[in-house]
Amino acid sequence: MTPDRRSRSAPLAMSMKYLPLIWSNLMRRKVRTICTALSIFVAFLLFGALLSIRAGFARGVDLTGADRLVVSQKNAFNQPMPLGYRDRLAAIPGVAAVSYVAWFPGVYRDPRNDFPILAVDTNGWFEMYRDLWTVPPDHLARWKSDRTGAIVGQDLADRFGWSIGDRIPLTGTMWPRRGGGAWDFTIDGIYNAGPASGRNASLDLMFFHYAYFNDARIVGQDFVDSYRVRVADARTSGEMAERIDAAFANSAFETTTSTENAFVRAIAEQIGDVGTIVMAILAPVLFTILLVCGNTMAQSVRERTNEVAVLETLGFTRERVLGLVLVESLILPLAAGGLGVAAWLLIQRTNPTSGTVPMSSLSPFEIGFAVLMAVAIGVAASVAPAWQVHRLTIVEALRRGR
Amino acid sequence: MWKQVLAVTVLNVRSVPQRLGSSAVTVAGIAGVVVVFVGVLSMAEGFLRVMTTGGDLRTAIVLRAGASSETGSMLDMDTVRLIKDAPGIGRRDGQPRASAEFVVVVRHAQAGTGKAMNVILRGVEPAAFDVRGEVRIAEGRSFQPGHYEVILGRGVARRLGNMTTGQSVRWGGSTWNVVGVFDANGGSVESEVWCDIDMLQQAFRRHNAFQAVYATLESPESLDVLRTSLEADPRFEVDVRRESEYYAEQSRALTGLITTAGAFIAFLMAAGAIFGAVSTTYAAVISRTREIATLRALGFGSTAVACSVLAEAAVLALAGGAVGAVMAWMLFDGLAVSTLNFQSMSQVAFAFSVTPQLVTRGMAYAVAMGLVGAMWPSWRAARLTIVDGLREE
Repeated sequence: MTPDRRSRSAPLAMSMKYLPLIWSNLMRRKVRTICTALSIFVAFLLFGALLSIRAGFARGVDLTGADRLVVSQKNAFNQPMPLGYRDRLAAIPGVAAVSYVAWFPGVYRDPRNDFPILAVDTNGWFEMYRDLWTVPPDHLARWKSDRTGAIVGQDLADRFGWSIGDRIPLTGTMWPRRGGGAWDFTIDGIYNAGPASGRNASLDLMFFHYAYFNDARIVGQDFVDSYRVRVADARTSGEMAERIDAAFANSAFETTTSTENAFVRAIAEQIGDVGTIVMAILAPVLFTILLVCGNTMAQSVRERTNEVAVLETLGFTRERVLGLVLVESLILPLAAGGLGVAAWLLIQRTNPTSGTVPMSSLSPFEIGFAVLMAVAIGVAASVAPAWQVHRLTIVEALRRGR
Repeated sequence: MWKQVLAVTVLNVRSVPQRLGSSAVTVAGIAGVVVVFVGVLSMAEGFLRVMTTGGDLRTAIVLRAGASSETGSMLDMDTVRLIKDAPGIGRRDGQPRASAEFVVVVRHAQAGTGKAMNVILRGVEPAAFDVRGEVRIAEGRSFQPGHYEVILGRGVARRLGNMTTGQSVRWGGSTWNVVGVFDANGGSVESEVWCDIDMLQQAFRRHNAFQAVYATLESPESLDVLRTSLEADPRFEVDVRRESEYYAEQSRALTGLITTAGAFIAFLMAAGAIFGAVSTTYAAVISRTREIATLRALGFGSTAVACSVLAEAAVLALAGGAVGAVMAWMLFDGLAVSTLNFQSMSQVAFAFSVTPQLVTRGMAYAVAMGLVGAMWPSWRAARLTIVDGLREE
């Protein structure tokens, strides 16, 4: 039982050697240990969830291309731009491709079934967004030759149980159709996440031909909502945006051009400072739970004052006893916290909010932060009682009851 | 038996100061949960309040059939004229009390950060000030018809500190002069900018385009008259709603998101706090093993002992709930923020609102957590055998 005084064993080796001792200490009050562990588990599960949401709001936007620009009406959102700008944009040096989009507010059967429907350029849209969305070549070819065809996202198809060839009548809430009645579409294709889209692929959109939309509507013909421009060299995006705006300055429709990245971020930022809100929630959550756990853990050390004295009587050095207490206090938060974060990572895979709350996977930095938190709890919980024990002489400690 | 419960509970509660440390931890744990619970819900409450203020029962809104918001609706001039003359809409001086409106979401750089902010620029007819009685000019004057002039809602004026009366701004290829600021009882229109609809249509080249008709009904009951006559008319397809219902629909997505997220967080936190409460209450029971055994030996029943453990936990939880609610109120009540309303893609300013109902809910939640946490320890206390208990050192 007398420990080997000659070897200065590393903490890990020490904890391996004394694992049974530490284990029996932890299991001294099973209920307390299990409750503390569950509490820490939940705290770290929440930690994972909140940081994923925070990262989702912060990072989701980085996935969009840097070589794509959005050209819209100056200082306005979703206001029409003349179709004639397409050729003028294409003529600007440095522009590799131009596409365009118009929003079609509409519903499927019931006003509650409302999802984004976009009228797009037949020959440029999916080519421009090849990195974000993948359409099988046969689907794309069928769509291009079908005037009233539509391509829908996988999630949208799943939601309504649509398959290729289905006829879908939509009510246009903004754009009346020539001759009245519903707008009929045929599902020609289903798109999925492209190679660069990651989690935030937006698979709940519907696309159809701008040409069909333009010919069949009564008002607003030959206008689109925004242009998408791919620049030949992504490094010149900023400069190209300025060049485009300069080209249309003092024209009937002045433009605001930004990279798609900046465009999406400007919208995301307006949701509010999600990061601050998340941290404001997280701080009291962690503080509270950790306070409770820290107290319980410290209590369990205090209770054993005389046992510590027994260990010292048996020849354990003070340092070794302190080390044992510390390791014991670290094991609980590290194990329970680690399981909590792991549980969240598993839950996240199942997409619990089905895309309504943006989430992103945790970075190594955030995982490292979680580990650091767990270590901090362990140290905070053990330092004070360990110090008290340390100051007592064996005799005093042995004399102490429980 | 109730006397026994009371006696033991009083004894327990009076001994709390001796166990101040662990009792304080229980209280703090529950307080933390209540702060977050009340805080998150007060955000949803504040948003809902802004969105539904000004939803007058006597005001109706007419949109194109199926449109869920103004930005997704379109009405032409003839339709608008027919709607205004429909039965059920009140009249003043022979004119229908109705305003046909058109909204454009414009961008403007915010003061300080310089970040772009989406704002609703609403073109209205003169009757709008009659229909929306809550709108009052607070500074400067109203816009003149036929001029490129705008008035700012109170919330916009505050957020865009760089845009004040006397200045001008470029939207839709025209230069607009800011001539005044208006209040609307704190409702969501305070997050909008208003102008003359003709000028808005000209500036954005949207001639004869309208999105909604706001009308004052003859009486709150006239909604059905208006609805029956408009929705039955084959010449156009429109939906008639009460303004208050429309506003509630507009806020549903965001309040739903906040409440769901808040409930999820509160649920997990509660789980964490309950485990904490179990271990502290359990520790309290264990440390009083002899005391409990002595009470039992004196003739107190096991139910009385169990109930007293529960009662003590409830008292501590209530204290925690009260501390949490007060902290939430101090931290969050009145906190002004703004967010993007996805229904219109524009900013809505609102303030967190800690209501008495939320405080009550928070306290009830606290007590429930305390009781659940004390269930098992109280059962243990009740099952204690007297002899074994007395033998404990």
